[in-house]
Amino acid sequence: MTEIYIAKDKLPATIGKLMSEHRVYGPVFEGQYHEFVELKAGDEIDLAYQNTRLSPKGLFHPHSEKMCQFSLAKDDPEAGIMKEAPKDYSPRIILGIRPCDAKAFRLDDANFDTPTIKDPWWTQRRATTTLVGLGCNQPCRTCFCTSVGTGPFDPSGLDALLTDVGDGFMLQAVTDKGKRLLSSMSDGEPVPPAVGEEAAALKQSAEAQLGTQFEPKAIAEKDMLELFNASFWDEVQFSCINCGTCTFLCPTCWCFDIQDEVYEAQGDRIRIWDSCMFPLFTLHGSGHNPRNLKLQRVRQRFMHKLKYYQDKYQDGVACVGCGRCVKFCPVNIDIREVARLMSATCVCPA
Amino acid sequence: MNNPYLPYPVRVESIITETEDRNLKTIKLVFLNSEDEQKFQYTPGQFAELSVAGEGEIPIGIASSPTEKGFIKFTVNKVGKVSSYIHNMKAGDIMGVRGPLGNWYPWDLLEGKNLVIVGGGFAFTTLRSSIVYMLDPANRPRFGDITVVYGARFPGLLLYKEELAAWEQRDDIRMHITVDGTTDPNWKYNVGFVPAVTKQKAPESENSYAIICGPPIMIKFTLPVLTELGFPPERIISSLEMRMKCGIGICGRCNIGAEYVCKDGPVFTLEQLSRLPNEY
Repeated sequence: MTEIYIAKDKLPATIGKLMSEHRVYGPVFEGQYHEFVELKAGDEIDLAYQNTRLSPKGLFHPHSEKMCQFSLAKDDPEAGIMKEAPKDYSPRIILGIRPCDAKAFRLDDANFDTPTIKDPWWTQRRATTTLVGLGCNQPCRTCFCTSVGTGPFDPSGLDALLTDVGDGFMLQAVTDKGKRLLSSMSDGEPVPPAVGEEAAALKQSAEAQLGTQFEPKAIAEKDMLELFNASFWDEVQFSCINCGTCTFLCPTCWCFDIQDEVYEAQGDRIRIWDSCMFPLFTLHGSGHNPRNLKLQRVRQRFMHKLKYYQDKYQDGVACVGCGRCVKFCPVNIDIREVARLMSATCVCPA
Repeated sequence: MNNPYLPYPVRVESIITETEDRNLKTIKLVFLNSEDEQKFQYTPGQFAELSVAGEGEIPIGIASSPTEKGFIKFTVNKVGKVSSYIHNMKAGDIMGVRGPLGNWYPWDLLEGKNLVIVGGGFAFTTLRSSIVYMLDPANRPRFGDITVVYGARFPGLLLYKEELAAWEQRDDIRMHITVDGTTDPNWKYNVGFVPAVTKQKAPESENSYAIICGPPIMIKFTLPVLTELGFPPERIISSLEMRMKCGIGICGRCNIGAEYVCKDGPVFTLEQLSRLPNEY
């Protein structure tokens, strides 16, 4: 079974069944924003949401998490020796994630899951999670997924894809994991032919709204040093206040810091999101700082996303066009504008 | 699953003060578990994260050579929280080591070649590892002439003084120790900056590689000298420092362009660096 139809009135019961065998996460409106939370009985999942304010990267790479733990007790023979911190890897389903955000995990895999070094927590969470996406019928004005190799119905980062067709959802399996999930769902109905046609029309209409807003390939073809030394960075960085909102919200910003925290005789080694926008990020012990200037830090963020990542992994840009950084930048810096500057055929001196 | 963030527990065997200003100490560490020592197979040029529970981690070049068995050695400059803590540790204390990390000097390319090693100040740690490695009787026939130019501001700031003196006595390594200046009337080595001494000693560039580590100002003025002596950029090798956290190419802060210094480096040729942004 590779696709089923679920009527909206049957959805709560379907989710309830999934929750008996998995931890199920879904978008829930909490406070002022939507956020992915682990669903408990009675939680209202909102699949009519636009997108979450925070990207769902925290589901795999939490904002802060224990890496190791240790004792500093004087009478403890193991004092000062780091131990593994226990983690929960029981199977889970992320329900209703946007295709762009799911694609971001695939881009992040290049960093966390390499042939030689594997981040143990990222890779194990990835292995035990099934991603059920929700196609975007109505992309935002700040969205540009189709310009960066993904799209409003892109299944490439997903195990299964939901399409909202009015009274119900079409659920299509993408991977073997997705197929296993569908075959475990006994309450699905066969997809009526009209529903399949409507889903295809929705996809086409959403993609047409987005169009192509810049060309990442043109940036890949540029010389790294020519872009690095371009004069437009001065203008790009001018209004930036280095607040770090962009990196905090971005689904492909994975940088982290490592800190030890101690309370009485017990301690934890913790990793916590960090940002290339902050001067401390690169400050040497000697006092030297290779990215001491705001211009250097702003350039680093865009060069990493749009140039270095492309050069390093030959897999497109490290951006999925979710538009969070565009929407929430307090000084209106727009990565699409920067990408257009970077991909312009002539990087002329000012 | 193997956890690359989990340090191997080690015991401090000894800690000695290297320099007169007391800013550099050499710490000798012994693995608590012999299987960890087996796993810690390193090559000169690599580094490791020294880990102190409750304080943090610092990336430090490995100063011992893999030919020295039973311990690993690091020379630590006192600059911050973790390095200051390590300076105050005592023999018997427990800490951690994570590694070995990064790439190494290209020993397969260096085989059969003459080596010119240029070092300055406290950036002599992985160079010490390399010299000890090459002078090992099993390895020495694999390399041609070995020339070392090593300088510090004054004699009291030279690292590994006893070993330097012992190498001076050997006929299979050419030592040019120098200081910027000294008031010691018994100083029997060179006086002068590293670039000037390198130029004066003019090591042969034919069939040779140069490895250079030191403060930026020394590197800046020595590179033109090496070029003048005939070393092409692909035969000048350097090792970079950067603020690091994970040391395994994941946490994101130590990049120069598309390269992570911790994983793709710290060893780069001048030719490789010339293709990267000048942001280090």
